[in-house]
Amino acid sequence: MGQLQNFSKGFIRENPVFVLLLGLCPALGVTTSAFNGLGMGLATTFVLVSSNIVVSLIKNYIPSKVRIPSFIVVIASFVTIVDLVMEAYMPALFDSLGLFIPLIVVNCLVMGRAEAFASKNNTFSAIVDGLGMGLGFAFALTLLGGLREILGAGEFFGLSLFAGDGMLVFVLAPGAFIGLGYLVALNNIVKKKLD
Amino acid sequence: MEYIVIIIGAVFVNNIVLAQFLGICPYLGVSAKVSTSVGMSGAVMFVMTLATIVTFLIYNYILIPFDITYLQTISYILVVASLVQMVEIILKKVSPALYQALGIFLPLIVTNCAILGVTILAVREDYGFHLLEAVVFAIGNALGFALTIVLFAGIREHLDLMDVPKGMRGAPAALVVAGILALAFMGFANLV
Repeated sequence: MGQLQNFSKGFIRENPVFVLLLGLCPALGVTTSAFNGLGMGLATTFVLVSSNIVVSLIKNYIPSKVRIPSFIVVIASFVTIVDLVMEAYMPALFDSLGLFIPLIVVNCLVMGRAEAFASKNNTFSAIVDGLGMGLGFAFALTLLGGLREILGAGEFFGLSLFAGDGMLVFVLAPGAFIGLGYLVALNNIVKKKLD
Repeated sequence: MEYIVIIIGAVFVNNIVLAQFLGICPYLGVSAKVSTSVGMSGAVMFVMTLATIVTFLIYNYILIPFDITYLQTISYILVVASLVQMVEIILKKVSPALYQALGIFLPLIVTNCAILGVTILAVREDYGFHLLEAVVFAIGNALGFALTIVLFAGIREHLDLMDVPKGMRGAPAALVVAGILALAFMGFANLV
């Protein structure tokens, strides 16, 4: 598989949220606005790329029996870095993402890529894979966040699009599920057209 | 009375799945049949309660006295992962019947963010829980998880027999159903 294909698969064909249905907790929990979705997506991308690099570098030194706990420690360290850096430099985003930052540790997407890809491939491929998957995740979260923000509050990235209140339900919990449901259906259709 | 409020709050008002978006993976993954969802709920309740007790003690008696609370994420995930492993080994020896029932669900629980989420929430300063309250909080959240996943599995069993539009079959329809369930649970807001 070429590197370009390796990179681009995360957006539509193997989109972590829309197709693989991984990492749905943050995808639903933080996407009340496009900005929050993008912030979460980029934070996860950082963790994903960094842990992919480290895992692909140390893969030959770790006995296969203890590989999962070792991967978890690697991932948890990078999550702690993101947690502390975001608290220091982006306190507003930190507050709105809240609990979901430490929970990047249990995002199946990060663990899944470490186990399924980084532990079997060289460092460069692992970086490309992490970037592609991470940005695909950020793309999905921004899309869902944007959809909910436009329908729910009439804004996009904080810019007011139309006057008056939106449909509040899209900012609240039910809108997350329903919005994601329709985006998954849409992605299914797009994927079928591409094939 | 206090404990009842904590349980009602956790089960209905701030439902862990439908209001806090934790544990969505098992919620969608193992909710195809009512029987498997009951098994998963049992395993979650077991591990969630145990993990909350252990992490609560670690946080208050190790991390805070030594001023290393930034190690919370790393230490918690290790505790949850090793606890699950330990529970699996002990159950296999002590109660093969229970192991048979919960067995396949236990490894899945390590990546269940509901467990890690509840253990982190239980030591939040704004709640100010003591140990017993934290345990009740964990049980309440596990009950909330059980209630929603069993309800959802019941609906999905019927959904399989329905004529759903082609593009919406499978995950999309399930997500929309979850959204409608969440809408129903919003009716409990401001109950406590």
